[in-house]
Amino acid sequence: MRKSMLLTAVLVASLTAVHAEELTGTLKKINDSGIITIGHRESSIPFSYIDEHQKPVGYAMDLCMKVVDSVKKRLNKPSLITKMVPVTSQTRIPLMVNGTIDMECGSTTNSKERQKQVAFSNSYYVTSVRMVVKANSGIKSLADLNGKAVVTTTGTTSDRLIKQNEAAKNLDIKNLYGKDHAESFLMVETGRAAAFVMDDILLASLIADSKNPKDYAIVGPVLSVEPYGIMVRKDDPQFKQIADDTLAALFKSGEGNKLYNKWFMSPIPPKSVNINLPMSDKLKDAFAHPNDVGI
Amino acid sequence: MLHYQWNWAIILEQVPGTEEFYYQWLIKGLELTLATALSAWLIALVLGSLIGIARTVPNKWLSALATAYVEIFRNIPLLAQLFFWFFVLPELLPEAAGDWMKQSMPYPEFITGVFGLGLFTAARVAEQIRTGILALPRGQKNAGLAMGFTLGQTYRHVLLPMAFRIVIPPLTSEFMNMFKNSAVCYGIGLTELYFQLKQITGDYAPGNGLEVAGYVTLIYLAMALVVNRGMAWVERKVTIPGTIGGTKK
Repeated sequence: MRKSMLLTAVLVASLTAVHAEELTGTLKKINDSGIITIGHRESSIPFSYIDEHQKPVGYAMDLCMKVVDSVKKRLNKPSLITKMVPVTSQTRIPLMVNGTIDMECGSTTNSKERQKQVAFSNSYYVTSVRMVVKANSGIKSLADLNGKAVVTTTGTTSDRLIKQNEAAKNLDIKNLYGKDHAESFLMVETGRAAAFVMDDILLASLIADSKNPKDYAIVGPVLSVEPYGIMVRKDDPQFKQIADDTLAALFKSGEGNKLYNKWFMSPIPPKSVNINLPMSDKLKDAFAHPNDVGI
Repeated sequence: MLHYQWNWAIILEQVPGTEEFYYQWLIKGLELTLATALSAWLIALVLGSLIGIARTVPNKWLSALATAYVEIFRNIPLLAQLFFWFFVLPELLPEAAGDWMKQSMPYPEFITGVFGLGLFTAARVAEQIRTGILALPRGQKNAGLAMGFTLGQTYRHVLLPMAFRIVIPPLTSEFMNMFKNSAVCYGIGLTELYFQLKQITGDYAPGNGLEVAGYVTLIYLAMALVVNRGMAWVERKVTIPGTIGGTKK
């Protein structure tokens, strides 16, 4: 009797020992506090933004909530509290590094420069940098921009891209800067600038929201391809593994495609506008081969 | 901030993808900040003085006009004023003039910024000058008129010399505000110092925003201190012994 009890005890102990891998980093923090904090954006449509009910919604938010579900399962804490913290391009890295947020779900490009401070999950979106022009302007390529004004938003890489192309092709371009995407688009709308260089998805949502979407066209060569990923803490393999595995599973099962169509090919809050941007080949590739390679 | 990788030498590094260094961008921004602030101050001082004087003259129409100017330009936030001049005005003008403003005017952001900032600050300077004039005893103006000066000569030779000396301290504040308010012009695309900060910490050096912001803060602080000490020197030089502020400190 004693021996079989001892045997059972040893068996049970060994079984639980297999699953009780020690928690480190972010997972430990979440387990101890019972709260997972998500950093979200306020107007990065359709990735992460505030809808008409003041709640953060979006394509990246949906993906992050799936990761939260995985964390709940992993820690066996179905009542884990999810806290939402708004962030901006300037604050997202400091808030991640100082522990305020555990994941950032927005439109953050996975870049090698940023990987010095933080890490990224598998890419869930791939954007191409192109330009929007007035449809009747006749501008189709970079050469057509010679002698014109081109606007980009302050603090984005589009500025570097257009300057590189200016130098390479010997173009005479006036560089204007809008303080945010809405203002840059306004410059094209009012005729101050001939073209606005930005990620195609941002351009598509600005066009969809404008007064006369038919007046604009996204033209020009792809100046850069940038992958977006969920930003997580650096040197924290356990948490990153959960995020990567969750996303890879979503991509494989077709759920990823459903989520994409929900936000990019159907009417979305707040004004039920449909962005209507089909999945690009680069994104299909990223879904088929999940990776976290940065640019 | 246990894991933040501090790098105070970031501004000495090369901007990725170009031949330039971050500190060169900051210097370019600084030059524009100085140019904008100083040009706008010139406009603000001249226009503000005229309007301040206009508020104190006996002519009811002139005084009403000046009061209207001050109330309008003081109560609308600077950024809203800049947006009006930059985005709204070209749409209100006839097509040819609007297009010229948008496309062919040289340095549109600089001119709009200087103009907008100057007009905004002129309203505040006008109030300072008016205060200076009103602070003088009534007897000064009456004595001037009694001596045979016209009103204009009374202002020029009796009232204004003393009024300006009285308001040098608040004018110093306005002058220092110029440099800080020039940062607001980044909202219309002027590539001054604050713009350079946003540009660098946006995507070019995203991991080192705190250090770059620290440097920019120090530069603004340095500019404000230089103005402060400069105006203090001016104040000492123009003091008339025996008048307000004339006694040795």
